[in-house]
Amino acid sequence: MLNSERPPLTGKRVQLMATCLCDAFHDDVAAATVQVLEHLGCTIDFPEGQTCCGQPAFNGGDWAASRKVVRHTVATFAGTDPVVVPSGSCAAMMFHGAELEFEHEADLPAVAAVGRRTWEVADFIVNGLKVTTWPGRYNARVAFHRSCHTRGTPSGEAARTLLKAVPGLELVEFGEGEQCCGFGGTFSVSFPHISSAMGDLKLDFIRTAKPDVLASGDMSCLMHLGGLASKEGTPIKCVHVVQILRDALVNGGLLTP
Amino acid sequence: MATQPIDQFATRLRPETRAAVYDGTKTGYEKRTKLLFDNYADPNRLRELAGEIKQHVIENLDTYLPAAEARLQANGVQVHWAATAESACEAVLAIMQARGATKLVKAKTMVSEEIELADFLEKRGIEALETDLGEFIVQIDHDHPSHIVKPIIHKNRSQIATSFEKHGLGAYNDDPATITARARQWLRPKYLQADVGLTGANFISVESGRLVLVTNEGNSRFCLAGTKCHIALVGIEKLVPRDRDLALLLNLLGRSGTAQQLTVYTEFITGPKAAGQPDGPEEMHVIFVDNGRTDVLATECRDILRCIRCGACLNVCPVYRQASGHAYRSVYPGPVGAVLSPLLMGERFPEKADLAKASSLCGACQEVCPVNIPIPDLLLRLRDRAKKEGVSSPGTPPMGAWALLASQPGAWRAALFGGKLINHLPTKLLPIPALRAWENTRTLPQWRGGEFRKWLKRRRG
Repeated sequence: MLNSERPPLTGKRVQLMATCLCDAFHDDVAAATVQVLEHLGCTIDFPEGQTCCGQPAFNGGDWAASRKVVRHTVATFAGTDPVVVPSGSCAAMMFHGAELEFEHEADLPAVAAVGRRTWEVADFIVNGLKVTTWPGRYNARVAFHRSCHTRGTPSGEAARTLLKAVPGLELVEFGEGEQCCGFGGTFSVSFPHISSAMGDLKLDFIRTAKPDVLASGDMSCLMHLGGLASKEGTPIKCVHVVQILRDALVNGGLLTP
Repeated sequence: MATQPIDQFATRLRPETRAAVYDGTKTGYEKRTKLLFDNYADPNRLRELAGEIKQHVIENLDTYLPAAEARLQANGVQVHWAATAESACEAVLAIMQARGATKLVKAKTMVSEEIELADFLEKRGIEALETDLGEFIVQIDHDHPSHIVKPIIHKNRSQIATSFEKHGLGAYNDDPATITARARQWLRPKYLQADVGLTGANFISVESGRLVLVTNEGNSRFCLAGTKCHIALVGIEKLVPRDRDLALLLNLLGRSGTAQQLTVYTEFITGPKAAGQPDGPEEMHVIFVDNGRTDVLATECRDILRCIRCGACLNVCPVYRQASGHAYRSVYPGPVGAVLSPLLMGERFPEKADLAKASSLCGACQEVCPVNIPIPDLLLRLRDRAKKEGVSSPGTPPMGAWALLASQPGAWRAALFGGKLINHLPTKLLPIPALRAWENTRTLPQWRGGEFRKWLKRRRG
């Protein structure tokens, strides 16, 4: 299983890894991450030189290209502060994938060191900051899709803990929750038929549960599922877990939008 | 749209086949999971332990194989070594010819599929009859198994009833009990006529030389009840160090494969009929089959040799469920096959390198694996290997330009802002195949490149 154990936190200064998807498409998720972490008393550094975690090429099989990007990312997130990222798969890339593709490289220790202080955001809030309650209000039936890169990590459970704690929020279960949405990085475009069929099956199960919103800790899954639903003419509202946490604070008057 | 062979196969798959595969795999997975978690407080710890045992075995095959050979010989078993599929087939043939044997009854063994034994023997005038019901149906249909535990998961009962009718096994009747009774009736005299019974082995204990066979139909017992000679085809990775290791592995194998605490029959065979025993084969042979396994052992994907062939990874795999086993063009399909099949190709690895791409890397396979094989990591290693060997991969976006961009912050920021162009262009006109593949079934969100950075600057004043 993935090694996502982290040393206990010593301070509240963190580096935000926004992810390339949020940088390009989902800016509000990155913004919500900042708002939520600041609400919890964190001081946030945003290294301007950041680009991507290197995962697209890693999964696509071009490890040489991926290592080039990882080296840049490791240099960008220098220091000892925790790196917090609103994506289970980018986090897993940092603490698992990068180690795999660097196992024969001289700079493996530097890569592994960044991995050891990289946290998926829900995991960081619950297991790093030890926050398990959430004030405010979010009146909605929420279907939570456990993204696959949280398998073997505490992230899925952490997100559920937070969502369940939000006043007004009803977590609705749906069938085949263990199954992948079909995104899979380059898989989504190199196997478009199977990828879409997997997504359609997932959407069928989700729709049966009649949620108001679909939530996940990974925008990649939501971009795929939301994109399929929109293309079919039956859009579904997709939100990141941190957007729900932020909106709950705003709705409760605890945060100014 | 589909360019990868497995994706193309999935587009052509008949809906009833997909439905049969989906139902069979989903039921298998759900029952497996319930049973394991009902029976054990922490099944994952058991999977990890079993994985450590099997990893220990494959990393010490150089000492365990000779030790197993010595123990088997002491038990009166004749041991043969087959480096290739051909030599394994030849070894079976030689044993049969030495006895003047012409009829063989077979229990289910994936190694025999791998070495294509039945074809080999039949071309040489030897009847090689499958006695496992699923394999029997595959044989009369001239088909191939599409699942390592449930060979006919791709067929529904009406297709089977039609096959039986065509093969002269009675008028069309799709009642499962009738189908089974007809096969049984047809097979019974064959067991008595056969000269040799052939099985695989799920495990061989190095400590005792016990060969362990798990089945549900009792056909392997029949295979060995009337014949005078037992041949077991055994992959070299099938060893366990001690008898007591079987307790863990058998408990996991039945639950993972068929959601049974134990299979209906678990046979422990310690050699040929001994003096004073009333019956059983007088002669017993174990043929250890390499057929590329030593080469796999030499790679960084050696963990795949832990596999105990339970099929759990096939059952849970969303790609297998969409594409079916035949999509993998291999004896071993699904996640385990996507790793093992290209590796077993040896120098012809490129011919099946695409199998490793047929995964969203969701990790469900590792989560259910009774020996905790890190299948996603192994798939990734094979993708890297294929790239390094220059194997072309249709539909996979090239990463060179992206890597250049993503390692230069200035260029990256410019691209973030410049990317807004795609909001104003019909994407069908853009020369980016990956984008078109995306947009064919999905919308693309509005490009908002750099907006977060601007927001953060404003917020910080």
